[in-house]
Amino acid sequence: MPADTRTITGLARALMTREVTAEAVTAQCLDRIAERNPSVNAFIAVLVDQARAQARDADREIAAGRYRGPLHGVPISFKDLIDVRGTPTTAASKVREGHVADADATLVARLREAGAVFIGKTNLHEFAFGTTNEESAFGPVHHPLDPTRSPGGSSGGSAASVLDGMCYASIGTDTGGSIRIPSAACGLVGLKPALGEIPTAGIVPLSGTMDHAGPLCLSVDDAEIVYDALRGAGPSPTRKASAPRGLKIGVLRGYFTALLDPQVASAFESLCDRLRDAGVILEDLDVPHASDIAAVYLHIVLVEAAALHARTLENRAADYTPPVHLRLEMGRYILGEDYARALRGRDVLRCEVDALFASHDGVLLPSLAVPATTLGAATVRVGTSEEPVRNITLRLTQLFNLTGHPAITMPCGKTIEGLPIGAQLVGPGNDTPALLQLARTLEPYFGPGISG
Amino acid sequence: MTVKVWLENAINDAERRGLTGMRPLLEALARSTSALRTADWNFDATGEDHEQKAPDAR
Repeated sequence: MPADTRTITGLARALMTREVTAEAVTAQCLDRIAERNPSVNAFIAVLVDQARAQARDADREIAAGRYRGPLHGVPISFKDLIDVRGTPTTAASKVREGHVADADATLVARLREAGAVFIGKTNLHEFAFGTTNEESAFGPVHHPLDPTRSPGGSSGGSAASVLDGMCYASIGTDTGGSIRIPSAACGLVGLKPALGEIPTAGIVPLSGTMDHAGPLCLSVDDAEIVYDALRGAGPSPTRKASAPRGLKIGVLRGYFTALLDPQVASAFESLCDRLRDAGVILEDLDVPHASDIAAVYLHIVLVEAAALHARTLENRAADYTPPVHLRLEMGRYILGEDYARALRGRDVLRCEVDALFASHDGVLLPSLAVPATTLGAATVRVGTSEEPVRNITLRLTQLFNLTGHPAITMPCGKTIEGLPIGAQLVGPGNDTPALLQLARTLEPYFGPGISG
Repeated sequence: MTVKVWLENAINDAERRGLTGMRPLLEALARSTSALRTADWNFDATGEDHEQKAPDAR
């Protein structure tokens, strides 16, 4: 096996030149799943036969000169909220018992067309309504680096599957941070593209106005390869990182750095120092109404989730895990006038985030205020205060679900215990390609990822 | 409806429906709703500038 085949970029090169076969790579991933999944619990379903057949087809096509592109023959996983035809979509809930998807989600069809190998469906927080992956009909996912900890969520199985070498990328969803939170906790690159850019047809919804889909993977280049396929575009022309000198980046302060674990704060400030040393111009910024983010987000997500679950809350209530059941019920008590206030608040926040880009190429902030949390913990100590796990994990990501701006998390350091720390770059408006180019330029200064 | 009245009604209804465990969640939601209602970007039909109000002023 050639040395640089840990990333999609490296593997694609080796597959295209037939130094390795998709069948061998897929077998390696399946072996890894067999070895590790019993303890990590990343997968709800492993698509052994389908993956082997897709890999054989890929090898046959590549040998015949019909190379489809950089995902051809590459094993990927899907959060089990996403329809893959002929397989159950459980959403990690008993409520979905007996469901089998009769068609691919739009994004799955696009990845099928790109020649990707579908290795399995990953575990998640039930209906994506939580950030720890503990509430799942299939049991919690364990962090591959420390089984007593959560990998984050809700796409926790997705993150664990990539971190642990069970696949090369996973497709997750992000309604309040569910791609970026587990990516940060697991030392991965996680991309939430701009709102509406990736179709969500065939994905079990959580919040109709804030759901996003995107990749969890090992590098910015890998994220762009998957992103291009997800949006149905051909592969982007090969881009190189440009020089960082003179780039103007806004660093979000105030609310965004007021409540951080000391090791996260230290890693973030070190990242800022490295960027300054590279010639990047950093300017401190704030979002004037940042203190309203959590209230605005809560009043939208609870109402929209309750509406989507109204029928099953009436007739299948006992099939939800109790915490998710109660969270869904909360949305049924919110008054229409308060939902309307939250929509107004979202507009205010969107304008304030838009304004950040008038004179800056991008915005930088930590991704997750704390390292991976301990399984079973309801609260976590942050400095001198004890914070609810759900609140602290959503704190830095949910704003960009409200506003729809594209955001990417990249690893920027580790705690003394070896747990990953991540930082987010946010891009303007709907310009995910511009964000990816910025991320590629700055990636070397963030620090080594899990392979480093 | 004030947040105080809303919370009383919600807790009573949740208890009637046997949703044990809802009280602390609804109390937390009430605090969040109070914050939402006192945000300075809320529209006021009088046309007057929004004033900082006590959480249960409405």
